[in-house]
Amino acid sequence: MSLVEVKDLKVHYPIRSGFFNRIHDYVYAVDGVNFEIEPGQTYGLIGETGSGKTTIGRSIIGLEKITSGKILFDGHDVSTKKERNALHYNRDVQMIFQDSLSSLNPKKRIYDIIAEPLRNFEKLSDTEEKHRVRELLDTVGLGDDDLFKYPFEFSGGQRQRIGVARAISTNPKLVIADEPVSALDLSVQAQVLNYMQEIQKQFNISYLFISHDLGVVRHMCDSMAIMHRGRFVELGTRDDIYNHPQHIYTKRLLAAIPDVNVDERDAHRKHRKEVEKVFDTEQSRYYDKNGRVLPLQKVSETHSVALPEDQVKGE
Amino acid sequence: MGEELLTIDHLHTSFKRGTKYYDAVDDVSLKIHKDEILAIVGESGCGKTTLAKSIIGLHDLKRTKISGHIGFENQELVGASPEKFDKLRGSEMGMIFQDPLAALNPLMRIEDQIQEVLDYHTDYSKSKKHKIVLELLDQVGLENPERVARQFPHELSGGMRQRIIIAIAIACKPELIIADEPTTALDVTIQAQILDLLRSIQAQNHAGIILITHDLGVVADTADEVVVMYAGQVVERGSVSQIFNHPLHPYTRSLLKSIPQADRAGDRLYAIEGSVPPLTKMPHDGCRFAPRIPWVPESAHEKKPTMHEPEKGHFVLCTCYQTFEFENGEVV
Repeated sequence: MSLVEVKDLKVHYPIRSGFFNRIHDYVYAVDGVNFEIEPGQTYGLIGETGSGKTTIGRSIIGLEKITSGKILFDGHDVSTKKERNALHYNRDVQMIFQDSLSSLNPKKRIYDIIAEPLRNFEKLSDTEEKHRVRELLDTVGLGDDDLFKYPFEFSGGQRQRIGVARAISTNPKLVIADEPVSALDLSVQAQVLNYMQEIQKQFNISYLFISHDLGVVRHMCDSMAIMHRGRFVELGTRDDIYNHPQHIYTKRLLAAIPDVNVDERDAHRKHRKEVEKVFDTEQSRYYDKNGRVLPLQKVSETHSVALPEDQVKGE
Repeated sequence: MGEELLTIDHLHTSFKRGTKYYDAVDDVSLKIHKDEILAIVGESGCGKTTLAKSIIGLHDLKRTKISGHIGFENQELVGASPEKFDKLRGSEMGMIFQDPLAALNPLMRIEDQIQEVLDYHTDYSKSKKHKIVLELLDQVGLENPERVARQFPHELSGGMRQRIIIAIAIACKPELIIADEPTTALDVTIQAQILDLLRSIQAQNHAGIILITHDLGVVADTADEVVVMYAGQVVERGSVSQIFNHPLHPYTRSLLKSIPQADRAGDRLYAIEGSVPPLTKMPHDGCRFAPRIPWVPESAHEKKPTMHEPEKGHFVLCTCYQTFEFENGEVV
């Protein structure tokens, strides 16, 4: 059974205006998405700014009120606060944020930052607590002398690792990582991603990995979904998405990644322009009159694409 | 390659911390020509932006010491007066910043913001300035320039704002454009468009562009020449194919190795040990990259690292590149 099941999730924000501040329209931030996360799996959510990927993450952890749909965790419905409280949900689901500096309390020492979730959920004696915090710091490669430092004393990569240590302190089953490495440099990004993978193997954690960086998602995730305008345009395994993309939006995103192969950069640029052109001319076929992404069609066991109906039959 | 536009020789930029001065840019020499895109790459804290600010004269001279030589069109920029910089900035040098929202005035209409540059540097008539603004907006690929000209920054998307910044930077057709992380805050598809735009502007205006970035993909896609900086120093410099096809310095090679690769998805990524030392703890002697490759014996490094030129136009700092291999013996 899958750990998390998201069924037809919708999050709409009202737009109010006029004298009585009446609701006259909605922003369809997330508009009917379905996906499942298996235990121990890393699921990738890819999308550009404003596509709704962060909103999905926030709805799953309960920071966002959902308009309709269902979120099942271990088979239990966790769509409302009451249901979440009954389940130790806040212990089992944790989050890693993008900006490591603003997500750590500047007035607290690292020891207290990591111990805070432990104090909330587990009754440990002082020595046990200290032991556990040390163990956690050790798993992310920080030492005993870092215990009583403040967040500002660390570099960006170290702070993000502290964020990881705090997230795993309660032995969660699911960690939602919202752009965990996009503020980091390349070499430091590698460190954090390596620790995340090691921890996953060690504790069998599932990740929901939210990112706009297609290279990082390809590295981390076995299956993933591409979002555009609040809906999924394509979902499938790494191989489906990167080697056999079918939706024009996916193709466009993939073509826009700059290539480190210098010798072929002109060819790459030409390819990108062609894809861009196809996207402009064929856009109307892949989106309905209101600009909504079409419903997903299954093209293989693992691969679903929001294709126009005539195209599915053709292939 | 065009004529020489900017020459930097043995530039030191140091900041005051307490009572002492620390070199954030340490002995940097480079050249940029017309019709050329020079990329400066490195991690945060490597002195990329400090270098750019030294060129364009944005440092607070009460707390900063700049020494060395920056030659721009037969003028010496080190120690130049603020008045002189006022004349140069905008007219002969343009700057593109990372965060387009912070770089635009939220209370001014787009047209007025672009006109500001023209007001300062030219004495064109009002109608001519208006015409130029519309031309610029068209040149940076914005549809319906008339409408955009009347809008405010908050009404535009991130990519459009960055186009406005570029329009301001090129308003007086500067010879040199400095772009400091111009696409870091943007989505990949927008990033590709902005890079295309920079290239086309360079082709039209025959300007030299200094592109500062930490994204190796952007460099490989856009640059002609590459300068790799580490801890305030230039560790390697050469053409884009030299740097990406035959990287020499251990830092460049480690950086290239830590990019997630398609065929090795899911494997452990190569991570460089440790981090860039902070300004006040910068080592003075020896190879600054040595602490991050501890398995390399001390004898491989130079006591006082010097620039070597193993092939024409390809420079590398310190001798450690000659024998360097990764810890597991891999040679990349």
